Amino acid sequence: MSEYKRPTSEAEFESNFAQKKPLMNPTEAYFESSRCLYCYDAPCIQACPTGIDIPLFIKQIHTGNLTGSARTIFESNWLGNACGKICPTGVLCEGACVYNHQDVPPIQIGRLQNYATNHAMKKNINLFSPGEDNGRKVAIIGSGPAGIACACELRTMGYAVDIYEAKEKPTGLTLYGIAAYKITNEEVLDELEYLKNQLNLNFICNHPIQTEADIAKLEANYDAIFLGVGIGPTASLGMEGEDLPHVVGAVEFIEDVRMKHHEMTVPKKVVVIGGGNTAMDAASQSARLGAETVTLAYRRGKESMGAYGFEYKLAISAGVDSLFNAQPVSIHSNGVRFIKTQATNGKLEYISGSEFDVEADLVIKATGQAKHGSFLNKINNLNLDNKNRIIINDSFQCTNPKYFAGGDAVNGGAEVVNAAYDGKMAAIGIDKFINNTIVQ
Amino acid sequence: MPDLSINFAGIKSPNPFWLASAPPTNSGYQVMKAFDAGWGGAVWKTLGVPIINVSSRYGSVNYRDTRMAGFNNIELITDRPLVDNLKEIEEVKKYFPDHAVIASLMVETKEQWHQIIKDVENAGADGIELNFGCPHGMCERGMGSAVGQEPAVLKTIVEWVMEVAQIPVITKLTPNISHIVDPGLAAVQGGTDALSLINTIKSIVGIDLDTYAPYPVVDGKGTNGGYCGPAVKPIALEMLKNLAQHPDIKSTPISGIGGIETWRDVVEFILLGASSVQVCTAVMHYGFGIVREMQSGLEEFMREKGYNNIYDFLGKALPNVTEWKHLNLKHKVVAEIDKDKCVGCDLCYIACDDGAHQAIRIPTENGNRIPEIIEENCVGCNLCSLVCPVENCISMVQKDDGSKHLTWAEETDAGNIPTTFNDDRAGGKHHFVPTVQDALKHRK
Repeated sequence: MSEYKRPTSEAEFESNFAQKKPLMNPTEAYFESSRCLYCYDAPCIQACPTGIDIPLFIKQIHTGNLTGSARTIFESNWLGNACGKICPTGVLCEGACVYNHQDVPPIQIGRLQNYATNHAMKKNINLFSPGEDNGRKVAIIGSGPAGIACACELRTMGYAVDIYEAKEKPTGLTLYGIAAYKITNEEVLDELEYLKNQLNLNFICNHPIQTEADIAKLEANYDAIFLGVGIGPTASLGMEGEDLPHVVGAVEFIEDVRMKHHEMTVPKKVVVIGGGNTAMDAASQSARLGAETVTLAYRRGKESMGAYGFEYKLAISAGVDSLFNAQPVSIHSNGVRFIKTQATNGKLEYISGSEFDVEADLVIKATGQAKHGSFLNKINNLNLDNKNRIIINDSFQCTNPKYFAGGDAVNGGAEVVNAAYDGKMAAIGIDKFINNTIVQ
Repeated sequence: MPDLSINFAGIKSPNPFWLASAPPTNSGYQVMKAFDAGWGGAVWKTLGVPIINVSSRYGSVNYRDTRMAGFNNIELITDRPLVDNLKEIEEVKKYFPDHAVIASLMVETKEQWHQIIKDVENAGADGIELNFGCPHGMCERGMGSAVGQEPAVLKTIVEWVMEVAQIPVITKLTPNISHIVDPGLAAVQGGTDALSLINTIKSIVGIDLDTYAPYPVVDGKGTNGGYCGPAVKPIALEMLKNLAQHPDIKSTPISGIGGIETWRDVVEFILLGASSVQVCTAVMHYGFGIVREMQSGLEEFMREKGYNNIYDFLGKALPNVTEWKHLNLKHKVVAEIDKDKCVGCDLCYIACDDGAHQAIRIPTENGNRIPEIIEENCVGCNLCSLVCPVENCISMVQKDDGSKHLTWAEETDAGNIPTTFNDDRAGGKHHFVPTVQDALKHRK
């Protein structure tokens, strides 16, 4: 049973969706930063996909060098502020903190990171400037974290960069796809603005790239093209009743929450289908929007869920109920019909005659996203793997050498921090390609 | 990008960060790793006469959860053969021609000094540092601090050195002396090109409560060690200031040593006149990588203040370090507590009431732990703001309008100083003191 009241104002929304990692105050930052041991070859750095020199930036906070600290962070990760807030730090840097081995709470690295980046952003401190114009142009398709990181890195090297975005606002999933209690819209856009001001990023929004003609135009006008297209809308389950009006995809639901805040309403009974982190986000947010019952239904056992343990716990603490070993069979106007399952040697079997119904006014499908296969297939010689993920080499270059790619479109769906790393690395690959120094 | 490079008495270095002569500079392996990590120079672990080291060599003072807030050692100069060290110096210079390699030396006779100077010059050292500071072991044999404590002897040896040295000579001083200017001046008069200080301070860091022996314990016994680490920085800064302000010494470059760990420490040493800094304990604690924090912080500081090189602010704090008698007696600050930030630990109250000037009260209403300043009693001592655990919660606010300036020296010159306690001009005459009843009110 969910404990949240339906938010009817922005203030109530903010209270229900209170930030999981709020900004530290100076005293908190002072004491927390003093705890860092400054480990040699620190495990936290190794656990960070972007390899931020974490002990260094923490020591810089402690010695009052907040600008230097922010520089350390942004030099490794263009989305240093967003990542501090939304990274699953418990399984990355903070999970690797050596304090864990002695049952001492790990350093709150994510929040310290935000303490430093927030300082630079709030004071609008210029840390970077565009490189001298080298006369070369790169197009970036998709303004998510991979695209932004790629663009920033290229700008520092002197490339002219145009970022094409299909939606109204840039930043992709960072803005549209993250649970609202992890980061606010304002924080996402502030960081973008901060980067944009320093590096003159050129976003071309409401401009989807879809057709062969669009592609041909880009190929003719740019020296290289980066594909940061992410993954698409929620995939179809091919199930009876899936097209009913009270059935939505989790990605679309999360986007709605982010855009509408308290103006978004959920009915009394919600069923979320899936066992990944997106399912947890959707369930948790349904509860915070005031649904009376939220049931998380997963076709296998708890131990098989793809979601991080802490994400599951967060959903449960918001009042979400869970239903394991339940495979949805069909969706009806007033609920979902499930059949019980059991796994034998990892193989899922249905228990015949075990069908049961769960009432639902809203059904959220968090069962994976469709890939942009049909669009990507329009690009010549661009090879995809059997899951429609773009194939790249060590330089993040695609099989069509003019194209580079990173983020969800390559890894099939991972964290913002992975995309930020990919984008930066792809920029380095693009630079090598354009200067003919790529090693094949 | 600010230029961090220095020319220290003719020794060129890409930045002012040098490793002090100590265990981190015991081998070419370490010095090369250090240069690779970003250090600009290294003073090699002292070369000299053959020695034997003991096992168990270091002790430390841990303060709360901070390890090695103070650190001491009873290790002697290098125990590695001279020929190996010379070969490695040569090798380091081959890989790092633009970095500073300074050979620290400690021998006894004039002939030995002349010979070893020739040896390190042949190996390609950029400079020499004379170790007149080591306060344990070597001093018992008439070297190290035994020299540094006798200005006349120190001057003689500097003269021996200067007779033959072709490369810049730095004289390293011991702090185990009442007046640092005496050996400093002796070194300058002996012709030294530069000075460095401080070497370690004679110390006992603790006693083992089971064996009754001082740390570090060697088979049930111990000896005084040389104290260093963050705890000694204030002593080093004061001695540095004394040299840097002295009219006959101030034109001699000084390399600052003593508890340097962060960029703030570095800037403080530069502000008091050190044009290079030497670090040991921080590296023994965290490794060579610590230099990144120093470099980043120094660069940000210089960018923010608009300095192009370190000479732009070298010694900039020196004019502000004066004698007590020149301080403005009319300046008045009073503590102010930010009630919104206060967490009610009441450390400021008890520190003031028991430890200072009874100028803080806790309101009597039940449960209210937020203290209040009694402004008329507050002498502006800072203590409450120093013990407060919350950032920017207690601040010292100026109460005078800055228009009046009066010093003890000026009053003395004007014949206007109090000579009896009953004089209205005497400072303590109207000092508030609570009553006996107040003192004993909690007595059972």
